[in-house]
Amino acid sequence: MNDMFEYMKPKRDVAIIGIGCTKFGELWDKGLKELVVEAGVKAVEDAGITGNELQLLIGGNMSGGMFAGQEHMGALLADYLGLNHIPAIRTEAACASSSVGLRIGYLAVASGLYDFVAVGGVEKMTDVYGSHATTALAGAMDQESEATIGLTFPGVYALIARRHMHEYGTTREQLAMVSVKNHKNALNNPVAHFHKSVTIEEVMNSPLIADPLRLLDCSPITDGAAAVILAPAEIAKKYTDTPVYIKASAQASDTLSIAARKDICTLEATRTAAERAYKQAGVKPEDIDLAEVHDCFTINEIIAYEDLGFCKKGEGGKFIEEGMSEIGGKIPVNPSGGLKAKGHPVGATGVAQIVEVVEQLRGEAGKRQVSGAEIGLAHNVGGSGATVVIHILSR
Amino acid sequence: MEYAVPFHWRRFKERYHLIGSVCENCGSYFYPKRSICPKCRRKGKLKDYKFSGKGRIYSYTVIRVPPSGFDEYVPYVVAIVELEEGCKIASQIVDCDPEDVRIGMPVKACFRKIREENKSGIILYGFKFRPE
Repeated sequence: MNDMFEYMKPKRDVAIIGIGCTKFGELWDKGLKELVVEAGVKAVEDAGITGNELQLLIGGNMSGGMFAGQEHMGALLADYLGLNHIPAIRTEAACASSSVGLRIGYLAVASGLYDFVAVGGVEKMTDVYGSHATTALAGAMDQESEATIGLTFPGVYALIARRHMHEYGTTREQLAMVSVKNHKNALNNPVAHFHKSVTIEEVMNSPLIADPLRLLDCSPITDGAAAVILAPAEIAKKYTDTPVYIKASAQASDTLSIAARKDICTLEATRTAAERAYKQAGVKPEDIDLAEVHDCFTINEIIAYEDLGFCKKGEGGKFIEEGMSEIGGKIPVNPSGGLKAKGHPVGATGVAQIVEVVEQLRGEAGKRQVSGAEIGLAHNVGGSGATVVIHILSR
Repeated sequence: MEYAVPFHWRRFKERYHLIGSVCENCGSYFYPKRSICPKCRRKGKLKDYKFSGKGRIYSYTVIRVPPSGFDEYVPYVVAIVELEEGCKIASQIVDCDPEDVRIGMPVKACFRKIREENKSGIILYGFKFRPE
């Protein structure tokens, strides 16, 4: 397969000049439209521009149809943000929906065709019952061969966890440590879904969802929205003293069906997207000062350490156990609290990760600040790795 | 999800008889059936293939929180089975205690009820795997 970045060079560099994120949680008093407007207005105000300057609107959303009975999301966002008649697009790639949107926005600005692009993500998940939400999320796997036999998303990651434990000796305790770390980090994140620390024992005694994964291994059903404003790097300083630059935007695909993969202990799409991203940014894994990774289930953070090159294959369990991914460790991972504790409004998650990385690189992350952070990475997974998007940002 | 009958009907043969595809160009096996070989693309030559139904458990889980339509079966085992042809397939494992399932365990396909679509809809059948 041709590697895009062998011949695709951006025509110009792209900066993030504004960010906005709602509180994450079970937001019963807010609908999808209110969430979008809140995040969007925050991002525009943060950028110091007006809505009139925006030229393109991109909104990531996994399943408005299943979660709110609402499709045609692009135009709906433009309408409620008061941005008619702007071109507006909804991007969908399961839990990577808004990272794919960011990548499209990046390409639009990098190509020179657009100057100011707003990219957001939203998911309103708590307007339906839990079993319906489980069914909606199962749409990210192969519907005909996997969802129809009763497999669930926690089930897919449980299959991965079981095999990883079998092949590499990863322990139940090491999985629990991911949850403990991310809940601890979320205590210092005002927008996080959970502000509650958990212990290894609490994780290991929480109800089984899909063996060996338990409730406290799983990211929650969350409502939320996030947005960023993109602009050409050469004019970014006119709008902000602290522009953050997109050094790489990479994406890769793989089979929807987990059973169709040769090795389920590796997300090949992560490895491929990471290789492209490191190459485009001209950095190595050890240059990354912090990472927001897709810990939809604890096992996926451990696999991400390995596939992103933070440690060797099979040593992800040791990486968390030795404290390497703690704030203050070798590569702090999920200082925001991650999907596990910050929350996982699926369509908003990708852009919300970017919001955290930007706050960290600006030095505005308060008590969860990674000191001296200059280069950050965001890793967003759709389904069980059929889509992976990686962005590398720098000060 | 609840579907109209054709969604399931067009797959009856494949699900009742465990039929997938083999590429006569590269020798790869696939389940479910594919229209083109992802490795050889237009150079590939896909033919229907009936799997022997014998394989070993590659990984497994016990589903405790089911999607809509599977409540009555909880807890149930879903595994990835590596068939003797080398192709992997997701399936429920039945006729044994969930506690006894192990990676590497030999299993064989059997014909079973999968679920009822809804009160007035069709009853779905297909393969599950049981200890051999």
